[in-house]
Amino acid sequence: MRVSVKWLSEYLDLSGIKPVDLADQITLTGIEVDDVSLPAVTLEKVVVGEVLTAEKMPDSDHLKATMVEVGEEEPVSIVCGAPNVKVGQKVIVALPGVKLPNGLKIKKSKLRGVKSNGMICSLQELGFSDSVVPKKAEEGIYILPEDAKIGHSVLPYIGLDDAYIELDITPNRADALSMRGVGYEVGAILSQKPSFPEVTVTEDKEDKVENYISVSVEDEKDAPVYKMRVIKNLKVNESPMWLQRKLMNVGIRPIDTVVDVTNYIMLEYGQPLHAFDYDALESKRIDVRRAHKNESLVTLDDQTRKLNQDNLVITNGGVPVALAGVMGGLNTHVTEDTQTVALEAALFESSVIRKTAQSLNLRSESSSRFEKGLNTATIEEALDHAAQLIADLGSGQVVSGVAKVEAIQPKDKKVTLAIDKINQALGTELVMDEVVQLMDRLGFETETSTLTLTVTVPPRRWDIAIEADIIEEVARMYGYNRLPSTLPKSESIPGELTPKQRRIRETQRFMEGAGLSQTISYALTTNEKAKAFSRHEGEPVSLDWPMSEEHQALRMSLLSGLLDNVQYNVARQRKSVSFYEIGRVFHADSNKKRPDELTHLAGAMTGSRIEANWQENEQNVDFYTAKGILEEWFILMGIEEEISYAPTSAYEAFHPGRTAEIIWKNNVVGLVGQLHPLLAEERDLKETYLFEIDVDALLDVEKDTLIHVPTPKYPGTSRDIAFVVDEAVLNDSILSVMKQNGGKALKTIKLFDLYQGQNIEDNKKSMAYNLVYQNPEATLKEEEVTKDFEMLKTALVETFHAEIR
Amino acid sequence: MEMEKKLATLLEKAKQEISEAKDLKEIENLRIKYLGKKGEVTSLLKGMKDLSPKERPVIGKKANEVRDALTVILSEVKGKREKEKLEKQLAEETIDVTLPGKSITTGQPHVMTQIIEEIEDLFLGMGYQIIEGTEVETDYYNFERVNLPQNHPARDMQDTFYITSELLLRTHTSPVQARILEKHDFTKGPLKMISPGKVYRRDTDDATHSHQFHQIEGLVIDENITMADLKGTLELLAQKMFGKEREIRLRPSYFPFTEPSVEVDVSCFKCAGKGCRVCKQTGWIEILGAGMTHPHVLEMSGIDSNKYGGFAFGMGPDRIAMLKYGVNDIRNFYLNDQRFLEQFKRKG
Repeated sequence: MRVSVKWLSEYLDLSGIKPVDLADQITLTGIEVDDVSLPAVTLEKVVVGEVLTAEKMPDSDHLKATMVEVGEEEPVSIVCGAPNVKVGQKVIVALPGVKLPNGLKIKKSKLRGVKSNGMICSLQELGFSDSVVPKKAEEGIYILPEDAKIGHSVLPYIGLDDAYIELDITPNRADALSMRGVGYEVGAILSQKPSFPEVTVTEDKEDKVENYISVSVEDEKDAPVYKMRVIKNLKVNESPMWLQRKLMNVGIRPIDTVVDVTNYIMLEYGQPLHAFDYDALESKRIDVRRAHKNESLVTLDDQTRKLNQDNLVITNGGVPVALAGVMGGLNTHVTEDTQTVALEAALFESSVIRKTAQSLNLRSESSSRFEKGLNTATIEEALDHAAQLIADLGSGQVVSGVAKVEAIQPKDKKVTLAIDKINQALGTELVMDEVVQLMDRLGFETETSTLTLTVTVPPRRWDIAIEADIIEEVARMYGYNRLPSTLPKSESIPGELTPKQRRIRETQRFMEGAGLSQTISYALTTNEKAKAFSRHEGEPVSLDWPMSEEHQALRMSLLSGLLDNVQYNVARQRKSVSFYEIGRVFHADSNKKRPDELTHLAGAMTGSRIEANWQENEQNVDFYTAKGILEEWFILMGIEEEISYAPTSAYEAFHPGRTAEIIWKNNVVGLVGQLHPLLAEERDLKETYLFEIDVDALLDVEKDTLIHVPTPKYPGTSRDIAFVVDEAVLNDSILSVMKQNGGKALKTIKLFDLYQGQNIEDNKKSMAYNLVYQNPEATLKEEEVTKDFEMLKTALVETFHAEIR
Repeated sequence: MEMEKKLATLLEKAKQEISEAKDLKEIENLRIKYLGKKGEVTSLLKGMKDLSPKERPVIGKKANEVRDALTVILSEVKGKREKEKLEKQLAEETIDVTLPGKSITTGQPHVMTQIIEEIEDLFLGMGYQIIEGTEVETDYYNFERVNLPQNHPARDMQDTFYITSELLLRTHTSPVQARILEKHDFTKGPLKMISPGKVYRRDTDDATHSHQFHQIEGLVIDENITMADLKGTLELLAQKMFGKEREIRLRPSYFPFTEPSVEVDVSCFKCAGKGCRVCKQTGWIEILGAGMTHPHVLEMSGIDSNKYGGFAFGMGPDRIAMLKYGVNDIRNFYLNDQRFLEQFKRKG
């Protein structure tokens, strides 16, 4: 809502208040100010001129040489290119020295040998947008009224001597979508009571509205109030300057007297109006009803609108003539030939209007006001005011009486609350008199008892209904910034992270310590990427109406996003990238209404783990780099004993020989492996290693309290063993045989060498392990260890045909 | 006195040789040469038996003096040589300490995580819990339960990604309010929680809009909670995030689930309120929205709004990070360019 300060000062005394200060106060008490535009002081040398002569220039098809009287000693010579310049017109002249809003500086010059010492301006050249300039003036200069005073500044004529405050009005404060509403609001801020001119209608007593029209409403819930007046013997023409000026400066294009008045009244009262060409209605009846299926209407914008039961229409008793509250029909709209106008002022059910405006994508100043509600107390006053103005400006007469359906009457609301309740909510110590004064500023009457007050809220503030609404009014009138600052005095319970939240934080710090940086990717991605890398079967959860293919489905795995991140960085000369992400993935479940939302942890690593430097050779990341990180993380999470790895070639996106399923409690909880070389090539990546784990299950488990195990007092004994086995024998299998057959004292087993090549048969490998034996209670005897060690050897030979070396 | 002379000559000679000894081995050889069982001092003393009994003690004394003198010199020179040897070794071991150290590669948390954890820690310290909600929500919890019924004009403020007519990507973290209010047992104490997480809006991505971003919701419900408590809490938050000297300013606003509702501005940390480009010459920067929980929201969760009340607030960590670090394009947070992410390794 763009508010003209001059217009506002018709209701309030704003003398001595700077517009900027006023805007600050409005912001701090109620409505956010988006912008303040101040009078255009730089345009002071733009004056009213009269065109004395206008001669077509011989060597140009559009330029005219004019002499313009601007109140100086001599008329000035100006070359003008506007098609509509004519002798005798009062025009806008920018004299040398003026800098126009579009940056053009006016200088004395010559065009094709003719002196041009100024410029005759269009409204656009003074900063008005095309969309608000009257159609007639769109293609040329703007013509001022005949009584404009030559040589005087043009700014007052076109409203540029005014300041405008742009209000950003929240949905609850639709009462301020009108100048009168803003008048009340600013009045409350300044402790002034706004005064509005009284409206009187001069009716033609001889002619009654019943002679013209009767109105009916099918369902009073849809249109609780519907009123109509008729204005006859009209001459529809261009609006006077004052009206055009007011509309243009708040962003509305002047059209003709009738349309302009309906817009003007809507701005003043917040009451949308609609004017019909009475003769085009071809009926003496107006009926408001829901549209029938398959009914249609050609709206003002020449579009045929298919209607249905959700749409409310105004009919002439037969066919629709307007979409209620949204847009008029083309056939019944007012034209310059219109002689009689049927003028509508109504209250329509907001949700019906909202639905129609939304489904037809037709949002207007009018529909948005109906959606947000309006002041039921001024429907008829606005109608009367508009009817009178239309009659005045078009030398017509208002027919006596109002045709109406009125199912509801405007009513004050009473809200009673205890003063304690206000102080309790705000943390203040206000006394009754203070609250009464604050309500008085808003124009709300109050009745008080010792402890409670009853506030009477007029219909113009339909947003107020309950105690909390009154408390809000008290707070903003009192001033939020005068409230004290305290902290809740409630019972003190320590705040702490849940075990899962703590483990997630630990996980993050661990991954960072391990050299991986955290990324945050988009959860919405392409359908294909959403599915890629997921262990979960099925289709991703997709948006009903996506904005783009890029963001249409919810990710089922974090790896696609992570790889995009890796690829992005590699493409920018980053050789080595190590990333992790922790976030939600979404799995559709046809048995459930909602998809499963799981927290996953994933990592992607490519390039080197250690870059070549003056001391070390380069070490590239490999499968065991990724696995090593996970192993250490499982220790941190306390579940390393419960985790195992199973080789898998079941996942297309992974290297079939370098990928393992991570198994916990007999369930696959994740994958670790190499990105399939073909996919890596597609993305221009070198060997890239990935892991992804469903951490919800792992991190949510209750852990036993950690119990300290005493540091061993007795020395341990170690043995090394080396043997040759088939290449296909897995380390895990060897370990499990060793553990089963190694005896009670075998504490740790560490692989220290793995060798294939010279001196070893093809398809065989040599493995060497270091075994540590320890008895916490006593020193181990050499022969005990030897006995256990021999047992272990025998088991290896028997199970794997190991050749002990 | 021939013997005496011999001893003196021996002493001089030995002194000379020992002082010229180059290393520990040479010193040891000289010790053996002079003081060993078959050394020169010993063998000289063997000639004592030819001396007269009168001379013997004199010479004996003298010989012991020579032995002691040599022992002292030997140990002195030995100490000196040991020291020289160590010094030489240390000198040889000297390295160029200005060469680069061995690199340890560490990653860093995303800047958003840092901001969120900082805020979490502040509220944990004040006794709040952290509650996480789901990113896929129902229309009912996302809108209706925060007092935004179907066809409410305020639904226009948030454009929504719908999955079905009932399911959507949450447009704010506020549905967590309704979910926790239903569950909380007030006989066990007040409800104090914050809820960080991702939210989604139907926006075209540009420098200041992202279809995915973060929010942190806060909610305190108890008996006797006042708007002054809200103001004090937010003051602490603003000072924690933007510096001790910051002030806050509350401006009336509108959210369907709070009343009164306010927008909260913090005094500009770039210009300290004088007016600059960051605060658009106003001296204030909008950082969050807040208000007193609307009684309808409590009642929909079956809570007596006459007995209980409280406040809620919501802020955007993306916006806070942008303001705090001067990031002028929100898309940076989701592009994951190492060169951007790495800048936030340094804390503070």
